[in-house]
Amino acid sequence: MPTQLPGAGPGLRAPRPGRPTPARPRADRPVTLTGLVVKIVLLGLTVGIAIWAAFPLIQTRAWTGLAILALTTAGLCYLYLTRRHVPAKYLVPGTLFLIAFQVLPVLYTVSTSLTNFGDGHRGSKQEAIVAIQTASVVQVPGSAEYALAVATTGDPATGPLVFLVTDPATGAVSAGDAEGLRPLQDGAATVNSAGRVTAASGYTVLNAGQVSARGPEVAEFAVPTAGGAIRATGLSRAYEGKAMRSYDPGCDCVRDATSGRTWTADPANGSFVAADGERLAQGWRVTVGFRNFARIITDDSISGPFVRTLGWNFLFAIGSTGGTFALGLLCALALHSPRVRATNVYRVLLILPYAMPSFAMLLVWRDMFNTDFGLVNQLLGLQVDWFGQSWSARAAVILVQLWLGYPYMFLVATGALQAIPRELTEATSVDGATPWQSFRKITLPLLLVALSPLLISSFAYNFNNFNAIYLTTEGGPFPSDNPSVGATDLLITYTYRLAFGAAGAQFGFAAAISIFIFALVAVISAVSFRRTRQQEEVYS
Amino acid sequence: MTWFSRVGWRHLVALLAVAFSLFPILFVVSAALNPVGTLSSTELVPTGASLTNFGELFSRTAFGRWFVNSLLIAGVSAAAAVFLSALAAYAFSRMRFTGRRVGLLALLLVQMFPQFLAIVAIFLIFTTVTDLWPGIGFNTPWGLLLLYLGTALGVNTWLMKGFFDTVPRELDESATMDGATHAQIFFRIMLPLVSPILAVTGLLAFIGTINEFLIANVFLTDTGSKTLSVGMWGLVAGERNNNFGIFCAGTLLTAVPTVLVFQYLQRYIVSGLTSGAVKG
Repeated sequence: MPTQLPGAGPGLRAPRPGRPTPARPRADRPVTLTGLVVKIVLLGLTVGIAIWAAFPLIQTRAWTGLAILALTTAGLCYLYLTRRHVPAKYLVPGTLFLIAFQVLPVLYTVSTSLTNFGDGHRGSKQEAIVAIQTASVVQVPGSAEYALAVATTGDPATGPLVFLVTDPATGAVSAGDAEGLRPLQDGAATVNSAGRVTAASGYTVLNAGQVSARGPEVAEFAVPTAGGAIRATGLSRAYEGKAMRSYDPGCDCVRDATSGRTWTADPANGSFVAADGERLAQGWRVTVGFRNFARIITDDSISGPFVRTLGWNFLFAIGSTGGTFALGLLCALALHSPRVRATNVYRVLLILPYAMPSFAMLLVWRDMFNTDFGLVNQLLGLQVDWFGQSWSARAAVILVQLWLGYPYMFLVATGALQAIPRELTEATSVDGATPWQSFRKITLPLLLVALSPLLISSFAYNFNNFNAIYLTTEGGPFPSDNPSVGATDLLITYTYRLAFGAAGAQFGFAAAISIFIFALVAVISAVSFRRTRQQEEVYS
Repeated sequence: MTWFSRVGWRHLVALLAVAFSLFPILFVVSAALNPVGTLSSTELVPTGASLTNFGELFSRTAFGRWFVNSLLIAGVSAAAAVFLSALAAYAFSRMRFTGRRVGLLALLLVQMFPQFLAIVAIFLIFTTVTDLWPGIGFNTPWGLLLLYLGTALGVNTWLMKGFFDTVPRELDESATMDGATHAQIFFRIMLPLVSPILAVTGLLAFIGTINEFLIANVFLTDTGSKTLSVGMWGLVAGERNNNFGIFCAGTLLTAVPTVLVFQYLQRYIVSGLTSGAVKG
């Protein structure tokens, strides 16, 4: 939020020795009317948004959230009404977003990495017990039966399921989801002659085709009730079954009513374990400390191929960044001359790859490398399986990355070249330097000062360039003896498959690996940043 | 010096680069115009000129809605990102305060966290947000917009700070002497002088947002609220070969706003500094 009020406060700039400092007293500075109006409007808007945001917080009694909201708003008002803290006036707006949507998720990921969060360990122990009871429901003689209509509160194909059940005895309609069953008000639902709900306000009732498309999901779905759960039989009927397994607080265990087997709670792992070591699939979330991190080093299936993947990862990141920068800079230099006609035409055409949607072009490139009807083989008259051999696949993904990335480097290099005063290079040519010397000694160092942070972050981006691999080779080709890691796998695609792959989601473990990768990239970048810092002090 | 060593090599480099840039795009154009619409029947040079694929794109999918959603989200977030990072870059370039160095370094580092692995955290955070404020939750452009603004600082600020540093300090010093406030210096003197970099970062932010796929894919599940990348992904996620023509038609149309934005901003990129006050 900008301010136009006076106040070149003490924070603005330390006066330099030997220069006259601005001596006019602060009160002398005029208050511009537009500045005042803009400031009042923006602050009013902020307070208005804060009040709007406060109501739901009060309703749900989220007092911590409310306190944070109030403090933030008060802080903003103070900041823009005082004349002090001038740098903060400029830094705070962006920083607020940075903290809320970048730093907070990172911190959340850090805390997740210390837990066993993932499939089978999602919620609290109580939720795990409810899930165990619900899953063990069977239909027994005398179970209540209902007419069932499957509905959703969102998109028919993906939205969360809701069971709208009609009690045949009373005709009362209830809506049930994973939370439980609650009655609908009279008149909120339209019921047909068979007792099924055909429409209900607030819900989209699925038709037969939509229900059968989500058949497995509907069959798994259960609405917990006091003694068991309501489950579907077929697509239009439901029953309230009896739970065969129940939790016994006395022994802190789950007991099966028919077999008498017990599973005792294991608080260290968040699971119910039987005497013979069998675990129930439904566990709960517990803190496991640094066990996820230890697993990266000690688990052979993960640490084994780690070094080889790391090596290729570096090659890919350096190759992509260096290649795009070299090509982009070459084009920028070629067009940075008043003698070249039609530079605008060239610029527009060069920039086109960058204007194309990159995710779509990655898929197009993948098809161009197709063995049977791909464009590359068609043009070259070859029958090469580009993604079939390690090195051709690696060369191909770097080539694709070069195509996608060099227009960006061309853009920023052009921008940076325009910022270098022409007098500098003109002066060197007057002094008798060759164009190559003036480029090497003047232009390139100045460019690197401006662009090295970008090069570092481009390296960091490519180091974790998930799409570039996942949308083209998917990490392949895979060696026949180890199908878990392919020749073009980056660390991030490799861990993605390990953590979110066929074995089920392991968010805690995935978070630990992402912190590991982050630490690696951050250290490399911090070291290179220190080097550019020395440069900056020389040239600025 | 011969003509070639002065000018000719420049044209040669540019022509080769243009050829490299254009041939995949030509392939996409050819596929989009291909009446058969399959991958296997597409060649580099268009074999037919039919608009069947474009027609099917609009009749079979909600492409129009996706287009509007993408333009809104990318346009607003690019404008906001440029403004936020220009503010920060001004402070980092012109003011000296405690934590300046650390702040710059922290900006560079925090954006190196592989954001898509934080997707679980983002999902859980926005589940709460959706419960409290449905207006900025899932399936709304505003929630996604806010999320994108989290990355507004970072690399943009670095790029701009480098550019701000090249504007001579004498300009704002003399303005201070004349009684200008820091805000007046920022809006009246700095912003016009750095307009080329504003144009460049605005373009980068616009393109980055319109291409963003992973977060948007988690965020927008209703057909009507999808952006172009999410919607088009759905086209080829299942059937690759048969939908290839429609997919390429969509790819071309997706590129149109970006090309227009670039065309519009190019004047600023080119004219920018050379005609500015710096020269005098």
